[in-house]
Order: sequence, then C-alpha cells, then structure tokens
Amino acid sequence: MTLQHITVTVNGEAREADVEPRLLLVHLLRDVFGLTGTHIGCDTSNCGACTVHVNSQSAKSCTMLAVQADGAEIRTIEGMVAGADLHPLQQAFWDQHGLQCGFCTPGMIMQAAWLLDQNPQPSEEEIRAGISGNLCRCTGYVNIVKAIQQAAGTLSASASAPVSAAASTEGQAVSAEPVSAG
Amino acid sequence: MTTALPQTSPEIGGMGHSVKRKEDPRFIRGKGEYIDDVNLPGQLWLDIVRSPYAHATIKSIDASEALKVPGVAAVVTGKDLEGYKLHWMPTLAGDMQMVLPTDTVMYQAQEVAAVIATSRYAAADGVAAVLVDYEPLPVIVDPHKALEDGAFVLRPDRGADKQTNHIWHWESGDAAKADAALAAADVTVSEDIYIPRIHVASIETCGCVADWDPVRQQLTLHMTSQAPHAIRTVLALVAAGAGLPISEQNIRVKTHDIGGGFGGKVPVYPGYVLAVAASFLTGKPVKWIEDRSENLQADSFARDYHIHAEMGATKAGKITSLKVRTIADHGYSDAAADPSKFPAGLFNVITGSYDFDNAFVEVDGVYTNKPPGGVAYRCSFRVTEAVHAIERMVDILAHDIGKDPAQLRMENFIRADQFPYKTPTGWEYDSGDYAPALQKAMDLIDYAGLRKEQAEKRARGELMGIGISSFTEIVGAGPSHDFDILGLKMFDSCEIRVHPTGKVLARIGVQTQGQGHETTFAQIIAQELGFPVADIKIEYGDTDTAPYGLGTYASRSTPVAGAATAMASRKIRDKARKLAAHLLEASEDDLEWTPGEFHVKGSPDRKKTIQEIAFAAYTNHPAGMEAGLEAVDYYDPPNLTFPFGSYICVVDIDKGTGEVHVRRFVAVDDCGNIINPMIVDGQIHGGLTMGFAPALYEQITYDENGNNLAGTFMDYLLPTAVETPAWELEKTVTPSPHHPIGAKGVGESATVGAPPAIANAVVDALWHLGVRNIDIPITPPKVWAILHEKGIA
Repeated sequence: MTLQHITVTVNGEAREADVEPRLLLVHLLRDVFGLTGTHIGCDTSNCGACTVHVNSQSAKSCTMLAVQADGAEIRTIEGMVAGADLHPLQQAFWDQHGLQCGFCTPGMIMQAAWLLDQNPQPSEEEIRAGISGNLCRCTGYVNIVKAIQQAAGTLSASASAPVSAAASTEGQAVSAEPVSAG
Repeated sequence: MTTALPQTSPEIGGMGHSVKRKEDPRFIRGKGEYIDDVNLPGQLWLDIVRSPYAHATIKSIDASEALKVPGVAAVVTGKDLEGYKLHWMPTLAGDMQMVLPTDTVMYQAQEVAAVIATSRYAAADGVAAVLVDYEPLPVIVDPHKALEDGAFVLRPDRGADKQTNHIWHWESGDAAKADAALAAADVTVSEDIYIPRIHVASIETCGCVADWDPVRQQLTLHMTSQAPHAIRTVLALVAAGAGLPISEQNIRVKTHDIGGGFGGKVPVYPGYVLAVAASFLTGKPVKWIEDRSENLQADSFARDYHIHAEMGATKAGKITSLKVRTIADHGYSDAAADPSKFPAGLFNVITGSYDFDNAFVEVDGVYTNKPPGGVAYRCSFRVTEAVHAIERMVDILAHDIGKDPAQLRMENFIRADQFPYKTPTGWEYDSGDYAPALQKAMDLIDYAGLRKEQAEKRARGELMGIGISSFTEIVGAGPSHDFDILGLKMFDSCEIRVHPTGKVLARIGVQTQGQGHETTFAQIIAQELGFPVADIKIEYGDTDTAPYGLGTYASRSTPVAGAATAMASRKIRDKARKLAAHLLEASEDDLEWTPGEFHVKGSPDRKKTIQEIAFAAYTNHPAGMEAGLEAVDYYDPPNLTFPFGSYICVVDIDKGTGEVHVRRFVAVDDCGNIINPMIVDGQIHGGLTMGFAPALYEQITYDENGNNLAGTFMDYLLPTAVETPAWELEKTVTPSPHHPIGAKGVGESATVGAPPAIANAVVDALWHLGVRNIDIPITPPKVWAILHEKGIA
C-alpha cells in the first residue's frame, strides 16, 4: 500500500511519519509514536477512551485517520502535565477519586479539558452532558463530576490570579474522614 | 469479635482513613501499562477469523489467499491444533470448549482460524482473505427448546450416556418440607422471572502478548487476567496434556494494569491459547487484542437464568416457604467461573435476608447455540440472580396481601440476635442487623412522605413508584472444605518483607482491576504494623514473585487476601515484639503495642519504633533468632462474609414514552469495618451503576438464527453520565466476627442489590394496573407496550 508522508505537532513537538492512508489516528499515536496513554475501548465512537484534542477540538482518535490530522496540532494526555505539575484536572481526578481502573481516565480528562475550555463554569447537568460521549464502567460518574467541578474552580481561580493555583488542592479532604497523601 | 480497631494517625493512614490512591499518579498521566501498551521486540500480531453462523459444519477452510497478503506469516486452523491435542481445552467448570473447531461451529462469532502477521493491519487483512465454506445446521436459541424430546444434540462429543442438551442438575434444601409448607400456606404467590444475558463490557477488552523463548524454554504470558496463578497452573496442565515442553516453573503470567474486570477476565479464552500456540510455533512474541465486537459477541456472558419461584406465607405476611426452579442457559459449553462444587454458584443464598425454615432450589444447566460462559458481572457466583428473585417475590407477596413492602420486610427479617444464622439451604450468615439499615434508608428518603406523594399522584393519573431491596450478599470464597476451582483450594495469600530502613514490600495473591489494592492493602499493613502507607509498596499480578492465590473476583480480595495481609502483619509484629524485648532488655510480656511502637508497660518512654525494630532485625538480632523481618500467610477463611444493605429507589414513568426516570436512589450498605471510606464509596457508586445498567438498558439478545443483536456499543447500551442517577449513600457497620479486621467485601454488593430496587419501583408504579412483574431490562418499549395495552399510553 502506498505510504503517505504526514507532519503533525504532538504535545508541542513536531513529528513526522510515513503512514498507510487507512491508519487510524489512535494507532499513529499509540503504535507509531508510542504515546500509549490514549486508549481504545470500542470501534464505534461510543466510549471515548481515545479522546484527544486536534487543533484544540475534542476528537475521538479511533474514528479519524492519521492522514486527516496532517498538519494538525494534537494534544494527548501525556501533554497535559506542565513539567512536574499536574494539570488541575489531573489533580482533581486524583483528589476526588475520579478514577478506578484508569482505562477511561485519559479520554475523560481530555474531554473534560475541552468542556471547560468551552464552558469554564458548567452546571452539574452541563458536565454530565459534556462527558456523555465518554463511558466509565467503574465510578458511576459521581466522582468524575466532582473532579470536573473542582478543576473548574481551580482553573477559574488561576485565570483571575496571576499565580497558578494548581498546587492549592494538594491534600484536599475528599470526605469528612482524615486524609493523607498516598 | 473485632469491633473497635485502634485509630492510627493520618500520617500512618491505617483503616478508616480516606487515603488518596497510590496507583493514581500513573493513570492520570496516561502512564498506566495496559495489555495493548505491552510491545516486545520482533512481536507478531494475531487476529481471529470468526463464524458468521450460530451453528454450522465447516466444509473447508482455504487460507491460500490469506497467505499471499503482505505480512501474513501463518494461518492456524483447528486441524493444525488437533496434532497437538490443543483444539479443545478444559473450562473452569470442568466442561470442554473448542480453541478452534475441526468440523463444527457452535455460536456466532466463534473462533474458526487464527492469522499471524507482522502488524495489526496485516493480520486483519489476512482474516478478511481466509475463505471458509460453511453448511448451516439447525440453531437452538431457547434453552427450553433445547430440552425438548428430539432436540438436536449440540454436544455429541460427550459420552454415550450424555447425548442430551441437559448439562447438569443441582439442588439445595428440602423439597418435601418446602412442598408441605407451600401446601399449608394461607397465601402463595408464583412468578416467572427472567434474568437476561448480559456482558461485563469492561472498557478495556481482553488480550495478551505470549512470549515463548525456545532457548530458555520459558513462556511469559502478559495478559488481562483476574486470576494469574490459576491461569499458570491451567496452562501447565494443558501443556503437559499436549506433550509440550512448557512446565510450570518456566511459565510466568504477568497482568500489568487491567482496565476493568468484573468477572470477564477470569476465564481462559481461545485467543489466549492461540497466542501461546502461535508464539510456540513461531518462536516470537505474539500479541492478541480483541476488538469490542469480539468482546461482546464471544467472551463469557453473565446471568441468563430462567427462574420460576413460588413463595408461601401466612395471612399476616410471615413467609413460610420458597421453592425455585431454574433453567440456566450456558451456551454451547459450561464455561462458568464458579467454584467446582457449585455449578449454579451460590444461587441457594436465595432465602435472602428473611427468616423462614422451608426452601428448595433446583437448577438445570442447558446447552444452546450461544457463546459459553456464566461469569459473574460484578457479583459473587449467581448471587445477583438469587437476590433479584427473592426481592421480587417479597414485593409481589406484599402487594398481593396489601401490606407495605417495607413493613413486610421488617416483619420477616432475620433478627440481629439470630446471628450466626443458619439458612434452610445450609449457609451460616456471619453477622447482620437488617432492620436498622432499612430504617435508615426509609428515614433518609422520607419513605412516609413518598408514599403520600405517590397516593396523590396516582389520584391524578401520574405514574410514580417506590422500590425496596434489602439484600444479603455472600462473598469471600472461600473455606477450603467446600471451595475450590479445578481442585485448587480458594485460599489467598500475602507475603510481607520489611527492609532494614523500615520500608515495606508486600505481595498479594489477588489482583486489582481498579479496586485500589495498592492503597487499601497498604492501609491494612499500616493498621497492623504502624508503618506509614507512603512507606508500603504493594505488588501483585506477577506469578514469578507474588505468592499463590486464586485471584480477584466475587469480592474475595478483602475477605481472603485482606485477612492474609492482616495475619502476615501479625506474624511480623510477633517477631518485632521479640526484637523489641531484646533491644529494651525487657520481657516480651512487659511490652505494650500501639500502632508503630512497642513500649514497656508503665514506661512509655522506654520504647522502640517499628522502624528501629526493622533495622535491628538486620543489624542487631539476638543470638538464636533468624535475621530478617518477613512473613507469609496463606489464609483459609473459616466462613464466607455476608455484607448486606437496604436500597430504596423512586421512579417516575413517562406515560407518553414509557421511559423510567430514577428520581432518587438511597443506598445504605453494611460491609463491616471499612478500610478506606473514599474507596468504599467509589466501589458502591460503580456497583450501583452496574446494577442500574442491566435494570434499564443492557441485554444481549439473539434472533431465531442465533445472530447476536447487541454486538457493539451502538446496540449494547452502557449508561452515560446523563442517565446515571446521583447516588445517595449511607452506611451501617456490622463487623464480620471471624475476619481478622472485621471487614467483609463491598465491590459487588450494589450491583447485586440495585436491580430489584429499580424493578420493584417500576412494578410498584404500575401494580394498580394489574402489572405483577416486568423482566429487566425495563426499556421504554417494554413499558410503553404495557401502558398501551392498559389503555394508558
């Protein structure tokens, strides 16, 4: 099969590859670039485990061809950290026990990041609708919703203050019980 | 009884602390290592040709075009495996299952051939190019028809005396007593209840990378398994039977991170065996990863129980008897993941939370042209089926005699002073206190207020229902005198090593698929030994290093391996006491333990911390004592544990569409002593959602030709965040009297308890229209058809 040369920017880094036109974007990310944080959970765009950002839009990378991403800026879960600092959503998922097996988590965080980008102060109903293309089998979504609410608070606080407030939630109590960092 | 555990500081983080999970930092960064993230040098890919027919003779398989596809290295068929006697394999239930067929396919999507290629895409191209000529055979979808005289015998491979589609008969209780009590009852109710075939649908599918090293004669199998040690032993036995040079000391099963299990990753699937065979044939690592359709269409299903139940009671509503007859559809092979002595699992826990003397339960296993299985879907061996039946029957009885369902339950509960309680089917419930749990749920949801609101709404023609489920779970299999899988006793294990600097490595025989064992097992050790959770590393899922255990399913991790972890910790504490006595020049009897240190009674300043003691174990141990500070425990539980709870659900039904809206759902759970409240709540949230899902959405259905009608997530509906209710949780705490830390199990309680609460609420909303039962899933079309028939819609 004829290979096609593509150039993409992934998490700020320029990458090139010669790919079959039929190669799925998710396989480009996982199998060619080795970014295995993006997962595959279905083949029908239902589960959202493969959610990434393509040109700042949320996209299900199992339903997009790699060649369609030629020239695009792509952000994956691996690109959410800033150095050693967690993104407020990553911190919030940890604080709020918003994950169990962790398999849907990268896609859920990417979708939530896009949601908060579009709607920085969503209601609970808007959060639930906003992540309805991402399936989680473990958490019942309760703590995912709480995590997105926490991150929305952190992000809006940091948007209004010059200094990042990302670290302020470290060790936050998740219940009335005593809490300590694992 | 372990009721009051010493409270540790937040820095230590023992039981009762909501310690944030130690496993999360890798998952939130996308640095987990799931099976499809494992790639080995020189790795080949395996993909599977599957049958389009539910039952057919294979006339021929032509692989010639497939072998011309660039990158395709080999095509393996059943005939190839037959030479190694690997075309059939034993199931965990002691039946036989095909790895690849030599002549007949038995269900749609059954494995027919395997293509091995240099890439994922080349393997799929090869699959598309394999030509298989089939001759369709009669298909049996309905298990009742499978039992009719003259039905096509689906498994002629069984012995001459087994030329029938009936697999086994199993019964429990006293039939004569149950019959007599039913005959003498003032009131009897009977109902047919079908618990449909569903699928666990973990978001990660199954897969493996098999790596046979012909030089070292070493097989490393990276795989999605909830029971890696059992898999290793089964592999060794199968290899020995096939005459292959793969022996158990040279088999290493590694599970890595697992993206959800729920029972679906307990069995051995043909894909795993094919990958091992392909690696053996090629001498290279071979990866097999299922796609979602393969996962839904071919992996083990759950439930599929056709239940007929009869209940007898006095006029006043005191239950006197229960009789249950069940047909269990197992597909073409009994591949249930049940303990060997329990072909219908623990279904005879069906007398539930109620005190009566007469019960009889019988189950018949049947073959049909469907995938094999009978896994749990997040429950302990058929308990969900049992709880659904008893909770539906109790509700029907209450409605029939005109008694409030909550009141009827209160009047029939086993009382707290009756524990340990012997059930008429032979179980001994360890502890329970059912009435306070139901009362708590009623108070939280304002039960009286809801009944008033319902009466008002009914007068206006609105459909609102209130449903209760007061379930008893049975988890922690199990005591070795009764519980084994293929002879392997269902103990579990923990090995703890304390390093000289006071840091701890512990390895456990169970597995985590999201439960948070790296955190909660560290908390058990922190509780028992006083090391901070941050200083304790938990490992699992590598059979070369972890002690032998039967794995994680049926909520057995905390009841069995959790107990082993506490017991191993106590062995270390015993040795630490001797070391402390040596260091403090005191008698062992004069030492007192508080979490993290021994001190001399009456002299709190004369003390040694556990860290100082650990250092001494390697640097200053007394003459006559072995160096080191390590312990291992293989725990054989004296009994199972019996978590319980009461759930109340409020639904509103849309008369125009038949849609059921769960307005509120209050769950009061009792899982004994709690290790990590945050994680327990998370388990209940997830469990409730996996109870809600089959109650309203999920079902694998087949047409009359055996075509799977729910083979993708387009058709098999998992609830999203939009449908899922905002769960309201509460607890009561009744410790297990026989468990070292008084814990029970919690991961599955809510999945077991939730469906009947929802079904009871829907029937409660429609009872006045003459509706006695609606089988789950209670979909809008099903409800609309009823409303239409009653002239409401």
